[in-house]
Amino acid sequence: MVVATSSNSAQTPESAQIEQVWQWLEDVPDPEIPVVSVLDLGMIRDVQISANTVAVHVAPTYSGCPATEVIEDSIVSYLRDKGVKNITIKRVLSPAWTTDWITTSGREKLLAYGIVPPVHDSSKRLLLGKTVVKCPQCCSSLTSLVSEFGSTACKAAYKCEQCFEPFEYFKCI
Amino acid sequence: MNIATDKNVLLEYVLRLGDNGLILAQRLIELVAHGPELEEELANANFSLDYLGQARLFYSYAGELEGKGRVEDDFAFMRSDREFCNVQLVEQPNGHFGGTVARSFFFDTFYQLQLEVLTNCRDAHLAGIAVRAVREIQYHQRHNSQWMIRLGDGTDESHRCLQESVDSLWRYTGELFAGDSIDDQFRDAFDGPDLSALLARWREIVESVFSEATLDVPDDQWMIEGGRDGRHSEHFGSLIAEMQTMQRSYPGQQW
Repeated sequence: MVVATSSNSAQTPESAQIEQVWQWLEDVPDPEIPVVSVLDLGMIRDVQISANTVAVHVAPTYSGCPATEVIEDSIVSYLRDKGVKNITIKRVLSPAWTTDWITTSGREKLLAYGIVPPVHDSSKRLLLGKTVVKCPQCCSSLTSLVSEFGSTACKAAYKCEQCFEPFEYFKCI
Repeated sequence: MNIATDKNVLLEYVLRLGDNGLILAQRLIELVAHGPELEEELANANFSLDYLGQARLFYSYAGELEGKGRVEDDFAFMRSDREFCNVQLVEQPNGHFGGTVARSFFFDTFYQLQLEVLTNCRDAHLAGIAVRAVREIQYHQRHNSQWMIRLGDGTDESHRCLQESVDSLWRYTGELFAGDSIDDQFRDAFDGPDLSALLARWREIVESVFSEATLDVPDDQWMIEGGRDGRHSEHFGSLIAEMQTMQRSYPGQQW
């Protein structure tokens, strides 16, 4: 058996094991924005079990994201802690990850954390036009871009002209 | 259609993409901690990271295609200067801030158009990398276009400096579109870019930004080529010497 179960001796069907792995992945955080999980970010494309091995299919986010390896390692160590012995990570580049893959709950968590989630559909190329980014504190639309480049590759820096709070915006790309 | 030949063409094409990205990343890395202001410092480091990340994806894929066990580090650190096939534009020294911006603007405008076509190419893995990369490069291209306008249409001094950089870098822009048999075969076998069509689009974008930036488009002139064949400018040797020094000093060393 691949996934260790509790004292319950009944053979867990494979689909239930897969379901269990998906649930565990909900608790694997992004190392830079720990309020969102790898599932919230839309990075997990598939979970498969064959020949006693759990294969997690991961879509990397930004090409140069230094967290990619850390995320993959943390998935492996998290599942290992849960008793999964054989784990492989398969990188999936197609279809590519874009900010459109961030889930609704992921967006809500980002906003509650003070990071404004991507405003547009990335395919509409609105990143080339004007974007209204509302303040996550007071919801004012009177905000201004401070820097297109923020503390990590995925964020831009904004400030609110109404409540004067600085905040971060998750770039729409 | 010859599958073995097609695979070699794809391998060569992917390596060139990796080389362009890696060498430009290395040039920009030289500027880390030397940005003229905080935003540009972050922008530069972000750009460099994007190119490096893309290059790693291209090299990893090249290693798979080649099937000889070479990994990304082997391509980056264990090849000699003549084995790199990046265009000479990306290896040109940073110069002043305007020169760095102009080099990136010329390259990103081309690279963005190239990637747009690659997102629909017939190789799914390469198309996947391109979908990711094109969004990143659009972001670069927009930022650098704004700087071209700000500096070109800025003070007399910034205008003069930028125009000088444009004039001296122009001779390297022809090579972007001077395809060889690999480009032709890649276009035919994989629905790759038609370089003459890209050149027309590139000219349009450059001319439109230049007009807003009050910059003059240089006259047609002799263009320097050779990067695709491993011929590089005098600046290239010292660039890769610095980049490869750890692997050359301690072969096989790992973090």
